[in-house]
Amino acid sequence: MSKKSIPLLTRKSITRTRVKLSGLARFVAIVAMVLFFLGPIAWMVMASLKYNVQIYDSSQSFIFTPTLSNYDTVFDPNRGNYLTFIWNSFFIASVATGMSLLLAVPAAYSMSRFVMGKSATLVLLARIIPGVSLLVPWYFIFAQLKITGGYLPLILSHMFVSLPLILYIMMSFFQQLPEELEESGQVDGLTAIGAFLRISLPLSIPGIATATILSFIFSWNNFMFALVLSGPRTKTLPVAVFDFIGYASIDWGALMAASVVVTTPIMLIALFTQRYIVSGLTAGATKG
Amino acid sequence: MKKISTANQASSLVRFSNWANKNRKWVLAGPSMIFVGLLLTVPLGWTLFLSFTDARRSVRRPFDLNGIDNYISIFTDTDRFWPAVMRTFAFTGGALFFQLVLGMIVALLLWKPFRGQGVIRTVVLLPLVATPVAVGMMWRLLFEPNIGFVNEFISWFGIPPQPWLANPDTSLATLTFVDVWQWTPMVALILLAGLTSLPEEPLEAARVDGANAWQRFWLIIVPLMWPVIGVAILLRGIDALKTFDLLYATKGKGGGSFNDVETLNVYAYGLSFDYNEYGIASAVLIFFFLMILGVIWTLRMLSKVKY
Repeated sequence: MSKKSIPLLTRKSITRTRVKLSGLARFVAIVAMVLFFLGPIAWMVMASLKYNVQIYDSSQSFIFTPTLSNYDTVFDPNRGNYLTFIWNSFFIASVATGMSLLLAVPAAYSMSRFVMGKSATLVLLARIIPGVSLLVPWYFIFAQLKITGGYLPLILSHMFVSLPLILYIMMSFFQQLPEELEESGQVDGLTAIGAFLRISLPLSIPGIATATILSFIFSWNNFMFALVLSGPRTKTLPVAVFDFIGYASIDWGALMAASVVVTTPIMLIALFTQRYIVSGLTAGATKG
Repeated sequence: MKKISTANQASSLVRFSNWANKNRKWVLAGPSMIFVGLLLTVPLGWTLFLSFTDARRSVRRPFDLNGIDNYISIFTDTDRFWPAVMRTFAFTGGALFFQLVLGMIVALLLWKPFRGQGVIRTVVLLPLVATPVAVGMMWRLLFEPNIGFVNEFISWFGIPPQPWLANPDTSLATLTFVDVWQWTPMVALILLAGLTSLPEEPLEAARVDGANAWQRFWLIIVPLMWPVIGVAILLRGIDALKTFDLLYATKGKGGGSFNDVETLNVYAYGLSFDYNEYGIASAVLIFFFLMILGVIWTLRMLSKVKY
């Protein structure tokens, strides 16, 4: 009896230590993962708070006296007005997102309720096509119309990215919305469009929130369109950051500060709306 | 009089409403279709047209048709064009492979609930929302051979400092790594969504039958997840082929002084806006577009996923 119980006990304790060990391994892996994804961002923020001398000194990698001097450089009015660039980015992303929502939400509803194979392909094509191949003709056309350098070309080009994105997210959202609610609304005297406006639209607010957030983020981050189509007055933040390296030697501290200024608003939005972003990015992925 | 006109107005409103409701499919979708159609088909047609012309230098300069000269000149160009094609595939293939492997690991780590899971999921999200240009600048500093943290970090393990972005032999691989850093979270989130919607029964049954974690992963999770993996490959593949911001922001015009990170997109951009060779650029773009379609078609054939 006692002979038998000992191996049993050991086996039990072996499994227990194994569970503990795999728990520990998992913990270590998660910590490593967080360091891998967050470490570089933390490094950028730290470098933005250092004088260049401190950036060059490896003994001050982690422990240093922070300074805001780089942010003074970034916002120095003699270097070009950074506040204007922030406004430009915000304005273009907001207008492009707003107008795309107006066009894309009804379209997504229509495409999810009626089978519209060809139109869905067109939307897909918009996602596939390389941006440069649109930029050359746009540049030609906008130059002929003499509207390069203004807000309009930028808003239109950004809409071209946001509109398919919103369509894609909203289509998968409307497909999950039961049609019975609209039908009962129609029985109660609403027209078909009325049922969409009064019943489906209010129910789709979470989807619209998702689409809005993602569209704003991608528009804010967009670099290529603004690089070609923006003028000195309408420059957006990513282009402004890129312009920081146009000089002979790189002012690393200021460059990092400029980068932090672009990414911080987006990261704050992401922190507070994490759930929406995840549902938007994975929209349609799990249906196969 | 007034009564009649309001009645008229009302009846025309009703008529309009009836008409709109009857044709609501197109009333609702029309504006979007027209917008996308105009901004898509017109430029695409224009690019196709320009690819058969000698348009260059100024957009106001008159240009002539020159047949398939542009296509001949790019297909015989072993100096810039074909290396750019190879780099596009190397970058995309490398990035996709590591993003899938790491993305699956991250997804598995985040699958089962643990304390602080919400916070960690948010942290993982940050790289993918970060502005690519800023990400490029950030990694430029991290990979700086003399002052960058990466060389300091590898020196802790006794590895000698590397040139990273400064050397044409290592710069493309380095930027592939940066792409992996930024977009692994995206793949992970898609795979995680797939994992959470997996049916419980087959996994439970396998566990009861004594399959270990490794067997459960390869024999049950991967086959069930195949459609989701296919979607992740397609979405990321399309974006990776078209990567521009990161490459241009870190290496500048022409993908560096040795064109070492010049992919097709960077090449087409440079031809268009740094050299103003619109005709040749358009030929490159038409090839690039067809190439992307070809890749998508191949992936669809291979994975039988409907996108």
